[in-house]
Amino acid sequence: MEIVVRFFALYRERAACNSHLLTLSEGATVADMTSEIRNLFPRLAPPEVKIVVAVNADYAEPGDLLHQGDDVCLIPPVSGG
Amino acid sequence: MIEVTHEPLDPEAVTRKVVKDTNGAVVTFLGTTRDNFEGKRVITLEYEAFEEMAVKKLEEIRQGLMAEFQIEDIAIAHRIGRVDIGQISLVVAVASPHRKEAFLACHEAVDRLKATVPIWKKEIYEDGSRWVACEDHDFHAPEAAAPVTAEDG
Repeated sequence: MEIVVRFFALYRERAACNSHLLTLSEGATVADMTSEIRNLFPRLAPPEVKIVVAVNADYAEPGDLLHQGDDVCLIPPVSGG
Repeated sequence: MIEVTHEPLDPEAVTRKVVKDTNGAVVTFLGTTRDNFEGKRVITLEYEAFEEMAVKKLEEIRQGLMAEFQIEDIAIAHRIGRVDIGQISLVVAVASPHRKEAFLACHEAVDRLKATVPIWKKEIYEDGSRWVACEDHDFHAPEAAAPVTAEDG
């Protein structure tokens, strides 16, 4: 399946793009996606830092399954206010 | 009322959204942009949001607090884009029959917003910039990792 992964703020700047199209196998999880993204964008975040993910505008867990058409966004530490 | 907007915020207009005759108290919090960070002069700030999710998370905070504190209404407005020093980046207005719940819910709303809503603040300095709350994310200095802490307004 194909998943568009969107980047915001710090991650957008570090990735030097707004989004990236990933091809993942059926049954891929959020953790599989972040692992692939870390390989493609090694400077996005240090290995010990957890990359927070939102799927369809809700926070997701590493074990959550991804589906074709999901809106997947990487969420750097937030700082509103 | 929940709003994420590029336009300047009007605290009185946001407050008016929640005022009713049944209120005994209305607490309005203003988050304003500060001109310094650890001795460095901040020239301006840039806010970015994942707008769809930010609105959703703000509405969840609003609904949650209205239920938990028996608050009559809460309005939250967050400005994004460039916000110059001394301007208002956030307005939270809470209306309640009694003042204690209004103060508590307002405080809690700001804390929850800062912890969970996908909005990011970038401080622009004369000689560079920094995404706030990203100290534990510094690729070049992971040894300096520290918990993300809430910033004051």
